[in-house]
Amino acid sequence: MKFRELFVLVLTLTLSVSVLAQRSPVQEPMVFDNPQQEDRFKVLTQELRCLVCQNQNLADSDAQLAHDLRAEVHEMLTAGKTDDEIKQFMVERYGDFVLYRPPVQENTYLLWLAPLVLLLIGALILRANIKKRAVLLESTPDEETGN
Amino acid sequence: MNSRIFPLVGFVLLVVLLVVGLKIADQKTNLPSPLIDKPVPAFDLPVLASPGQRMSKESLLGKPYLVNFWGSWCVTCRAEHPVVTELARLNAVYIVGMNFRDESEDAVAWLKRWGNPYDVSLVDFDGRTSIDFGVYAAPETFLVDPSGTIVFKHLGQLTWEIVENEILPRVANMESGS
Repeated sequence: MKFRELFVLVLTLTLSVSVLAQRSPVQEPMVFDNPQQEDRFKVLTQELRCLVCQNQNLADSDAQLAHDLRAEVHEMLTAGKTDDEIKQFMVERYGDFVLYRPPVQENTYLLWLAPLVLLLIGALILRANIKKRAVLLESTPDEETGN
Repeated sequence: MNSRIFPLVGFVLLVVLLVVGLKIADQKTNLPSPLIDKPVPAFDLPVLASPGQRMSKESLLGKPYLVNFWGSWCVTCRAEHPVVTELARLNAVYIVGMNFRDESEDAVAWLKRWGNPYDVSLVDFDGRTSIDFGVYAAPETFLVDPSGTIVFKHLGQLTWEIVENEILPRVANMESGS
């Protein structure tokens, strides 16, 4: 019993350490004109990629570039720029890769259409399979009655 | 027979996808710049260690030049320094050093210690110009033609192969063209 309790304690502590280690970046305090603007800031920084650490977004990253780009987003927001204008600003400088949600355009057709194509192929295979089994089902009872 | 071959074909296709994916992932660290063939972003920056002196995009029009983003904090910049120095010795192209996100005293000390390969060094203290250039690592190097258009960009450490194969031929092209 004692061993079991100790085990649970150690496990809990180990797990909590890894949670604590995932600290969120120290975000510089920012003043917004209104709550809606702050919400837009949150959404935008979550949708924009930090290019230094390419699998983090601007909101999560603690890199210097992410700090600067967050400040840039904030400044454009308070200057009255629209979300699209801010994204455009980033794409002009860093390319489409900065967007976590890739735009639908010529070089991303494959990306956007591939799931549909795969689904279609799956459906065709499924249909062929069902047909084959239907034929088998029709033929087996005959064999059994024949026995 | 057909139903046995099908999973095998599927497996081979998956392997091919994996290999292609890994190849692409390798290139991801070197993203194509959307700024190629676009005009140089506007800048008007103070010249390093020359109080009161400034240099803008406009004043550099009319000749090809290289923009090299560097900082005294950047280890890779130190590593590519001999290549930039060698290129400067050729006198083939005007080299602008963009000292970004750096303290000017540190930058001056760095240039004094290792040698100054730049024809001019500009101070981008808050990194605004580096953002306009889409810089996300250091060093980054841009080649600009006489009309002020970016024709080539290199991310990371410059090597002599890149200078010889990418930069010098383009500069020679500009000069024979004009």
